[in-house]
Amino acid sequence: MRLIRVMCSGRVDLEFILRAFANGQDGVFIGGCRLGECNYVTHGNFDALGNTLLAKMILTQIGVNPERLRIQFMNASDGILLAESINSFAKTIRELGPLGKGEGLDIGLMRLKLEAAKKLVPYLRLVERERLRLPEKSEEKYRKFYGSGEMRTLFDQLIVEKLAMAQIMLLLKESPLSTGEIAEKLSLKPSEVSNYMNVSSMHGLVAYDSAEKRFHLA
Amino acid sequence: MTLVKKPRYIIEDKCTGCTTCVKYCPVTYPDQFNQELSENKAVHIYFSQAIPLVAYIDQSCLYLKEKKCLICESVCKADAIDFSQKEEKLEINVGAIILSVGFEPYNPALKHEYGFGRMANVITSMDFERLLSSTGPHAGEVRRSSDQKHPKKIAWIQCIGSRRVTPGDNSYCSAVCCTYTQKQVILTKDHDASAECTVFHNDIRSYGKDFERYYQRAEKLSDVRFFRSYASIVREDPQTKNVFIRYATNGDGVVEEEFDLVVLSVGLNPPANVKELASKFGVALNGHNFCDIKSTNPIETSRKGVYVSGGFQGPTDIPESVFSASGAGAQCGQQLSYRRGQLSEARVYPPERDVAGEEPRVGVFVCHCGANIGSVVNVPSVVDYALTLPNVVYAQEQLFSCATNSAMQISEIIKERGLNRVVVAACSPRTLEPLFRDTLLEAGLNQYYFEMANIREHNSWVHSKEKEEATDKAKDIVRMSVARSCLLAPLQEFDLPVNKTALVVGGGVAGMTCALSIAQQGCEVHLLEKEKTLGGNARRISHALDGMDVQKFVRDTIKAVYQDPRIKVYHEATILDVAGYVGNFVTTVRSEKGLSEIKHGAGVIATGAAEYKPTEYLYGQSGRVMTQLELEEKISAQDEAVLAAQTVVMIQCVGCRQEDRNYCARICCGHAIKNALKLKEVNPGADIHVLFRDMRTYGFSEDYYREASNQDVKFIRYDVDGKPTVELGDEGEGGPVKVGVRDQILGMELGIDADLLVLSAAIIPAESTQEVAGLFKVTLNPDGFFKEAHAKLKPVEFSIDGMYLCGMAQYPKTIAESISQAYGAAGRVLTLLSKDTVVASGAVCEVLENNCVSCGACITACTYNAIEFHQTPQGRKARVNPILCKGDGLCNTKCPTGAIYLKHFTDEEIESQIDAAPGPGVLAL
Repeated sequence: MRLIRVMCSGRVDLEFILRAFANGQDGVFIGGCRLGECNYVTHGNFDALGNTLLAKMILTQIGVNPERLRIQFMNASDGILLAESINSFAKTIRELGPLGKGEGLDIGLMRLKLEAAKKLVPYLRLVERERLRLPEKSEEKYRKFYGSGEMRTLFDQLIVEKLAMAQIMLLLKESPLSTGEIAEKLSLKPSEVSNYMNVSSMHGLVAYDSAEKRFHLA
Repeated sequence: MTLVKKPRYIIEDKCTGCTTCVKYCPVTYPDQFNQELSENKAVHIYFSQAIPLVAYIDQSCLYLKEKKCLICESVCKADAIDFSQKEEKLEINVGAIILSVGFEPYNPALKHEYGFGRMANVITSMDFERLLSSTGPHAGEVRRSSDQKHPKKIAWIQCIGSRRVTPGDNSYCSAVCCTYTQKQVILTKDHDASAECTVFHNDIRSYGKDFERYYQRAEKLSDVRFFRSYASIVREDPQTKNVFIRYATNGDGVVEEEFDLVVLSVGLNPPANVKELASKFGVALNGHNFCDIKSTNPIETSRKGVYVSGGFQGPTDIPESVFSASGAGAQCGQQLSYRRGQLSEARVYPPERDVAGEEPRVGVFVCHCGANIGSVVNVPSVVDYALTLPNVVYAQEQLFSCATNSAMQISEIIKERGLNRVVVAACSPRTLEPLFRDTLLEAGLNQYYFEMANIREHNSWVHSKEKEEATDKAKDIVRMSVARSCLLAPLQEFDLPVNKTALVVGGGVAGMTCALSIAQQGCEVHLLEKEKTLGGNARRISHALDGMDVQKFVRDTIKAVYQDPRIKVYHEATILDVAGYVGNFVTTVRSEKGLSEIKHGAGVIATGAAEYKPTEYLYGQSGRVMTQLELEEKISAQDEAVLAAQTVVMIQCVGCRQEDRNYCARICCGHAIKNALKLKEVNPGADIHVLFRDMRTYGFSEDYYREASNQDVKFIRYDVDGKPTVELGDEGEGGPVKVGVRDQILGMELGIDADLLVLSAAIIPAESTQEVAGLFKVTLNPDGFFKEAHAKLKPVEFSIDGMYLCGMAQYPKTIAESISQAYGAAGRVLTLLSKDTVVASGAVCEVLENNCVSCGACITACTYNAIEFHQTPQGRKARVNPILCKGDGLCNTKCPTGAIYLKHFTDEEIESQIDAAPGPGVLAL
C-alpha cells in the first residue's frame, strides 16, 4: 500500500479515486476521522463517505468490483484499527485479483470506461450538490440513502446515460464507428446507442458520415 | 526555588526517541504507566505521548544496580546514553508558582471489603482504563488477569472510596466516576458487542455539559444494566475465579450474582504526600486535604503568588482542569505582566531566495533513523535510486536527519548545491515537518518547498520482515514525494496585526471577572452589558453554598471594574453588527453612549443564562409556589411568610432532564440544599421535603447534602414517569398546596400539605443567545448553549479564532466555576493579545476568478464562513479570506469548474503522487 497525505478526507476528490483505478491500481483505501469527530468543523468525512458510496456505484456500473474501494473512519489513536482494516482490505484485494482481470473485463475497455467516468467528475459534483446532498449527517442515513431505490432511480436517470455518452465519445476519438459497432463494444442495445447518437448529433458533438456509414467526432 | 533533577541517564538533546535501546535492554520491569499490568524495560519511554519523547533509565537497570550490561550504550547510534549523570540541584528565580499536582486515585486495597488485591478479577477503574487503551497492556484487548480470557460479564461498582463516612473512605463525591464509568461501558461494548455490563450505582451524577445524553447513550446499549443499589463483593469462585456480588433488588430482595470481572470505580484522593507538599509551598489545605480555596477565586491559594489548578483544587473533570489551568496562567499574567515577553527571543532568518524561474533542483536526504529504518530498508540503494529520478540533483543518507548537526548539514547543502526543493525520507511529518521547514528557512528557501517521505511509519515499521520489498517501497515513496515536490509552490504565511483590545459581552460575574483579568494583564477592555447595571444573575443571590458572601463579591467586583481605567463599560448595550476576524474585529454597538464602533482583537461571550419560568406545578397560580431563586430573594428580604413556613416541599429537575430539555441544569441540587439549610437555620422546626430524581451534589457539595440530611431534611426520590402532583388546597390560591408523590422505598403515595412549594427550575440559555451567536458566527449545542471548540481541549474557545466564552453562556455553573472559567478565558485571550501579530498559514484556498461561475458550491461547503462573493468587473466571484480558511480543502471537491484550489494540496500535486505511485497496487488517501 502506498499512502498520500491529504488534510481532510473531504479533500479526496472523485477524480482521485477514478484516476487511481484508471492508472491500474487494484484498490483504493480512504482514511478519515471518525464520523462526528471532525478535526475541522466541516465534517468533510461525511462528504468523503458520500463520494465513496457514489464511486462504488460508478465502479459497479463499469463492471469493477466496488469492494476495491474502502473507506475507514478512525482517530489518531486507532493504530490497531488502522492495521486491522488495512490487512483485511489487502486480503480482499488479493482475493479479488488484479483490477479488471479478477472481474473478467476487457482491460482496454475498462480503462476507457474509467477515463470516461473521470471526465464526468465536474458533472457529478453538480448532481451531488443538487440531488444527493442529505440534510442530516448520520452514517446510517447516508448508507440507507445510497442503497435506496430512490438513489438507484436518480443514478439511472442522471448518471448512467452520461457515462455511456462519455464512453462513446472516447471510442469515437479513436476511430469512427457505426451504431452497431458501438453497441457491440460497449455491450449496449443498438436502440439505446442510436438514441444517444441522435442526442449527440443534435448537440453537435458527433456527425454522421453517410458514405462511411459511421459516426465520427464533430 | 530549588529543584532537584533526577538523572535520566539519557542526554535529552541527543535521544531521538527511536527506541532501539528499549528493544535490546535485557531487564523487564512492571510497566508503571500500564498499572503494572504488563512489562516494560529498564530503559523505556514513559508513554507514547510523553514530552519530551525520549527514553529514560529507571532503577531496575542492571548497570545501575550491578555495574554490568551497558548494551543500550552500544546499540544507541545517537550516543545518547550517559551513565555519568548525577542528581542535579537547580536554583531558579520565579515570580509565581502554579501547583498542578493533580490527584491520586483512591487505593481500594486499604479496605478488605473491596476484595482488591485478594481477588484476581477485581480491578480498579484505572486498571480497566489501561486495558481498554490501544497502548495498554494487551494492545487494546480486554483480558482478565486470572486466565487472560476476555470477560463477558463485567460489573462496575460506583462510589468506591467516595460518599462514605466510614474510616478509610472519603465523605465527598469524586465528581467524575459516574461519567467515566459510562465511557468505559460504551468502550467495552465497542470492543465486544456481546459483553454484558452492569453498573451498581447510587445517584447518577451526569451534571456536566452533554453528560445526560451520554448517560442515556450508555444506558440504552443492549445488555447494559444500570442498577441502583449498594453492592458488596462476597467471594470468588476458587476454580473460575469469577466474583460474586450481593445487591438489593426492588422485587426479589437481596440476590447474589456472578461476574467474570469487577471494576471498582475508584474516587479521587488528594495527591500523595500532600501534607509535605503543602508545608513546602506554604499553602493551606482544607478538611479533605485538598488545596484550601475560596469561591471568590478558586485559583488562588492561601499564599500570595502561589496558584492552583486542576485536581489539587478538589475532584474535578478535564474541562474544568483545563480552564483552571488557563486561569492560573492569567493570574500569573496579572501578577507578572510587566515582565511579559522578557525571556523570549525572536528568530531572524536570511532573506528568501526567489527560485520561481528555476527548473526544480531536488535534494533527497534519506534517514536511517538509527536502526529504525536502516535495519530494514537498504538506505544506500534508496539514495542511488533517488539520484536516477528526474530533477533530483543531490541525494545522501543521514543517520538521524532530525539531529541538530544533520539539519545544519541540510541547510549547508541547500546553499552549496543551489537546491530549490528538499525531500527528507524519514518519519511522519506530524512531528518533524516544522523542524525541516525551519531548516529551509535557515537556508533562505521558502519553507513550502519541503516535502517529507514517510519511510518509517508507512514502511520499515510495518514491513520489518520483508526487507527487500520494504526497500522497493521506500523507493516508490521517495519517487512519489519527488514528483510532488517538483510542483510545490512557494507560499507566504502572513502576519496579521493584532489589536490588543478585548470585547467582553455580558457584565455578570463571568464577564466582569474576565474583563478585570484582561485589563490587569495590560490590555484595554470594552465591556458590554444589556442592563442598566452590572452584576447579572448574581445580584439575586445572597450566599453561595459554601457561605461565600455573593453580594459583597458583586459590589467589590463592580467597583473594581469602574475603577479600572482600562475598562470601558457600555450599559444598555445591543450589538448591531460584527465584522472582521481574529486580531481585527469591528463590532458596532448601540448603548447609553450612543452608537460606537469598537475595534478589538479578541471577543469573549459571557452572556449568562436565565432561570426557567415554570408552567407546571401551579407556578404563577398560587402565591405559595416559587422558584429557588425567588425563595432566596424572599429569605434575604426576611419575608415573614417564608421564614415562618412549617412545611416546605422542593421539587427538583423542574423543566429539565426531560424530553424537551434533555440536560441536567447542574446547580439546582446545590441551590436546593443551600436554601433548605438556610430555612432550617431560621426555623429549625421546619419540615422540609426535597423531591428529587438524583441528588447531584458533586464534589465537596456532598458534605452539605449530608448536613441537610442530618438536620432531618427529608429526601424522597421520584422517577421521570412518576412526577409529583400538585393541587390547590382547601383554602384555595392563598393557602397551602397539596403535593402528592410516590415514595419508592415505602412503596406508598404520600400527601404533603405544603406551606411553601419551591421549584428547582432549570437553567436555560439567555434570551439573546441566538442573536449573539448569529452576529459572531459561533455555534450552539442542541440545548441552545454556546458551543466551545472542543469540550476538553478548548473549553473556553470557539471554533472561530479570536472568540472565547465563559460563565453560564456555555452551560449552567456555580459562581466559583464561572469565576474559574472567566480567568481561563482571560488567559486564552492574553495568549492571543500578547502577540503583535498572528501568523496565517500559507496552505489555504484561493479562487481562480476566470474559472469561477459564481455557483456558490464552495461557500455552502465552508462552515468556517471563509468564502464570500464579491463583485468584479467580470461579475460576481467567490473569494477566500485566507485568515478564516483552515486548509481542509473540502470546497475543492465541490467546485464544478476547479476554480477554487487548496495551496500545497492542489489537484496537480496530489495527482502527481497518484501517477507516480506504482501500479498495480493499493493506494490510500
